[in-house]
Amino acid sequence: MARIGVFVCHCGTNIAGTVDVKYVAEEVAKEKGVLISRDYKYMCSAPGQNIIKDYIRLYKLDRVVVASCSPLLHERTFQNTVKEEGLNPYLMEMANIREQCSWVHKDRVEATQKAIELIKMAIAKVRMNEPLYPKRLSIKRQALVIGGGISGIQAALDIAMVGHPVILVERSPSIGGRMAQFDKTFPTLDCAACILTPKMVDVRSHPLIRILTYAEVESVQGYVGNFEVKIRQKARSVDMSKCTGCGECLQKCPVRVESEFDLGLGKRGAIYIPFPQAVPNVPVIDREHCRYFTQGKCKVCQRVCPGEAIDYEQEDQIITEKVGAIVVATGFDLSEPTEYSEYGGGRYKDVISGLQFERMINAAGPTEGHLKRPSDGREPKTIVFIQCVGSRDESLGRPYCSKMCCMYTAKHAILTKEHNPDAQVYVFYIDIRAAGKNYEEFVRRAIEQYGAVYLRGRVSRILEKDGKLIVRGADTLVHGQVEIEADMVVLATALVARKDAVHLAQMLGIPYDQNHFFTELHPKLAPVENVTSGIYLTGACQAPKDIPDSVASASGASVKVCALFATEELIADPITAQLNPALCSLCKVCQEICPFGAIKEEEVTKPDGQVVKQMRVIEGVCHGCGLCVSSCRPGALTLQGFTDQQIVAEINTLASSF
Amino acid sequence: MTENAQKGKTWEPRVLAFLCRWCSYAGADLTGSSRLNYPANVRILRVPCSGRVDPLFILKALRSGLDGVLVSGCHPGDCHYTAGNYHARRKFIILSRLLEYVGLDPRRVQFSWVSAAEGDKFAQVVREVVADVKELGPNELFRIPEFAPE
Repeated sequence: MARIGVFVCHCGTNIAGTVDVKYVAEEVAKEKGVLISRDYKYMCSAPGQNIIKDYIRLYKLDRVVVASCSPLLHERTFQNTVKEEGLNPYLMEMANIREQCSWVHKDRVEATQKAIELIKMAIAKVRMNEPLYPKRLSIKRQALVIGGGISGIQAALDIAMVGHPVILVERSPSIGGRMAQFDKTFPTLDCAACILTPKMVDVRSHPLIRILTYAEVESVQGYVGNFEVKIRQKARSVDMSKCTGCGECLQKCPVRVESEFDLGLGKRGAIYIPFPQAVPNVPVIDREHCRYFTQGKCKVCQRVCPGEAIDYEQEDQIITEKVGAIVVATGFDLSEPTEYSEYGGGRYKDVISGLQFERMINAAGPTEGHLKRPSDGREPKTIVFIQCVGSRDESLGRPYCSKMCCMYTAKHAILTKEHNPDAQVYVFYIDIRAAGKNYEEFVRRAIEQYGAVYLRGRVSRILEKDGKLIVRGADTLVHGQVEIEADMVVLATALVARKDAVHLAQMLGIPYDQNHFFTELHPKLAPVENVTSGIYLTGACQAPKDIPDSVASASGASVKVCALFATEELIADPITAQLNPALCSLCKVCQEICPFGAIKEEEVTKPDGQVVKQMRVIEGVCHGCGLCVSSCRPGALTLQGFTDQQIVAEINTLASSF
Repeated sequence: MTENAQKGKTWEPRVLAFLCRWCSYAGADLTGSSRLNYPANVRILRVPCSGRVDPLFILKALRSGLDGVLVSGCHPGDCHYTAGNYHARRKFIILSRLLEYVGLDPRRVQFSWVSAAEGDKFAQVVREVVADVKELGPNELFRIPEFAPE
């Protein structure tokens, strides 16, 4: 007969405010096998845990139920508590009477009754708990970083610095990411390339970092410490080992198409590098536009290449690697300026996005840093910046703030004025959000020192008239309408999740929110971790983040990876399926439906020499989902920790007391 | 038997909810940490995956006299175990046909997707399920003496 102790937590007033904890403790003490039932203010505190330990010793308890907050929060805590008294940690069950009881109900009688029943269910379950022993797994001490922007670069450098090999996968032809597209950075006006490119070079020259550009992760299998990833190295059509980066081919390619890197403001050849400081400095052939690939002849690049590096026959390659941890640093996309048709984005040539402005004002950009109207190439004298275009807009289903736009718009205002002190700059805003070190001061500088005119209000419409853009909006501070004749309009479009973020999330088995940003384990206390252990998040794939935040989170994620790699072996959850061959009918339904291929058929020699076929669960591969168990017709499979008997006992208990 | 009955209150439905630990259980936790409210007619049973829920558990619950069952898992494509929720859904489609055949309104057994970020949706789902079961009244199909639970 089990010797059970029940410990009911007040959690200050979090539980005790709604649930009569004393009464609960008295009621559950009447359950079969319960030797002691106690309540205490904070069970998770050291004195609280000591109460549990003392009673385990005093009453020789062999099962413990803790009724407190969610097991997602404190299961590990109380498992360790009972373990310290020599009990197997899996002989402890939790009843969630906070998140799923006291916090969601107001009626004291109802909440108290519910708490009692939840605890009774836990008692019914714990009676049948068996001691379980964690699996020990090895760790492959190599990390994969997905995304070669500033976050991914920082993470790769930090992990490699500790001495672990890193594979950095980037899907575009060069690392550098968004930051490489920027001109200056707020609030210091450092040149983005000047601070980014040294880091890119560090990554390239680090002996432990392997960069795979023009490559994408195709599949991820396995689990923490032992992931197997398949990476598609797209055919570059240029032999990396032969190319010297001389750039001869770039000059001679007869094709001119819009450059993605310059967001349509500039042109590139069919063989190209996205920007001059690209790492690696090896071009790729864009087969969709290359004359040889589309029309079957040309081969100019091959003729001019002094290193004979051009290889039209190259094919996509699948690279398979084992890694112990994965850092996701895939960054963000920007919302389409066409979302607001009243602003004429996509229709009026001189209505551009903030990132396009960034390319335009960049000395290495398509206009060599000169402000030129895309329509006629003239220098704009009056520029209107509009903030929150696509952010904080419920009607687009995007209620969140993109965080960076206030700052980069102030930067654009300053850069415009630096460029042409006679230019007129107007900024339409809803609120100015400049919370950050030296951020508010930076916005004040734009207004006070550079004379940017900030108008609080929305723009209702932009019309094109005689080569000018008529911007109509409201100035809510003077309660009036304003109309500005502008030469160019810059829209601060919203930061959004990558278009294929959901696809990647599903491949990795990580959660994402309604805006498709990846969800961290805890928004405050585990901001770089993930529910899927071994996977860490950094940068703007989680939410809009600026450069300092991205770099900080990258270093945070790296420390977590290194901490994982510093452990000798992994302790894995022992909740796995068990198979009783005596009951198995060899129908093999389990083998078919197991998502992990953890069930295999094998031949076993019996003591009498007879060879029989048997199904077997490979424990190291089993994730413990229980799908096979609920699908096994003869009932040969069981899931440790969640057996049929335990679940039925919970149901029966509930039915008799609820 | 129930406290409500003892107090002579009107009948209240009793609903059991199977929640997968990765999405819906975490979503129900978020409902709590966001301090949203839902009717106290539901009791939550944590399972690793909605795919772990054997249709027999649901029948067991109904046979024991519970008035409704909710099974909630990760959204399609988001299953922590890649496909458990799809298998669960298939099973419950068949189960609800069986229930209808034996004379039980299929609305007593409901299936939903609630992610770890959808605290408000969980509260909404519970409200809807409880309202549906309330409308259906007590589950008396198995109250015939010879079928009564042991």
